[in-house]
Amino acid sequence: MRLLTHNMLSSNIKGVINGFPLRIEAERVVVKQVDFNPDFLKNMFSKIDWKALADASKIMGYAELPDEVPDPSVLDSDEFLRKFHHALLELHLEEGALVCPETGRRFPVNKGIPNMLLHEDEV
Amino acid sequence: MSSRPELQAPPEIFYDDVEARKYTSSSRIVGIQAELSERALELLALPDDGIPRLLLDIGCGSGLSGETISENGHQWIGLDISRSMLDIALERETDGDLILGDMGQGLGIRPGLIDGAISISAVQWLCNADKSCHEPRLRLKAFFGSLYRCLGRGARAVFQLYPENNAQRELILSFAMRAGFAGGVVIDYPHSSKKRKEYLVLTCGPPSMSTATPSAKGEDAGSCSDDESSGDEENQTAQATKEAKANKKGKTRAWVLKKKEQMRSKGNVVPPDSKYTARKRKAHF
Repeated sequence: MRLLTHNMLSSNIKGVINGFPLRIEAERVVVKQVDFNPDFLKNMFSKIDWKALADASKIMGYAELPDEVPDPSVLDSDEFLRKFHHALLELHLEEGALVCPETGRRFPVNKGIPNMLLHEDEV
Repeated sequence: MSSRPELQAPPEIFYDDVEARKYTSSSRIVGIQAELSERALELLALPDDGIPRLLLDIGCGSGLSGETISENGHQWIGLDISRSMLDIALERETDGDLILGDMGQGLGIRPGLIDGAISISAVQWLCNADKSCHEPRLRLKAFFGSLYRCLGRGARAVFQLYPENNAQRELILSFAMRAGFAGGVVIDYPHSSKKRKEYLVLTCGPPSMSTATPSAKGEDAGSCSDDESSGDEENQTAQATKEAKANKKGKTRAWVLKKKEQMRSKGNVVPPDSKYTARKRKAHF
């Protein structure tokens, strides 16, 4: 699971008001090379919740991203885009878990696939 | 159709390891899936500016439809309820991210982020109650509600589906409309029993020019038979109103049938047509 997906996912349990961001418990992180596409990154920049991405990439062992939301002008710098690209698309959470920030419910991640299935009483 | 997989077992059980492998190794199914997803992408009508979009593939299975999305240069996130299917997708090294989830429980995605959604042969599963806690209406409502929230404004969702009957089609459509979507059903090759394919084309936001349902592919000469048939209907009504004016006896049967068809296309519950439809009552003394 890439951090792009992590940035989209929120906990869907009944009664949870703010299920975002899911806390990452990383057991194994892998890096997979992906083609670099600046257009996609510029398009996604405004949609990404920066704090969640920066925190998540730190947990995954990549601390190059700034903590504060960067000014959109940095999108012109290739160096920044490369870092953004690496954090968003190349870091994969292979084994571990996602934890709901409100209820503490664990969604296990196996072979890179998060199991977001809810139990009957959580729907 | 007795061979409908929907009638045999819940999706997470039906698509077990054996079935998942069978599904993905059949070149016929692979071909059909590629064709369906190609057409779904076409109906999605993404702006042609070369910027990759983030799409959602609901019921992605082994990633056959996702492959088409990747080929078109877009990023995608796939959701499926069958772990076996997702394992096959992992084996095939698909480009998108995979999530094990149940669309009937809602999507659980932050609002307004997704540029479009496609789903190939999956939404009709929502009409089944496979567990005692399943209530198809609630599941449809949760699904369409969460989908509407996670799509960006003006984004489209295209679902290829195999409804079992008219009632099921109307049920799905009515819940999509209730969630706030505009759009309708596009039927490709409506006169062919084999090639006939239905697509539910939905747009986020209020109805406008851009939310008009695209035209269907016809059977012969590439013309849109949907338009043809509606043209016929218009001719019929023109005739019918003429008749009504001529004999001044009020609504004719053709007029009533036309009105009922209109109501059906809006997703309303309409009694079936029978020999009693628009029949005159006996005169009472």
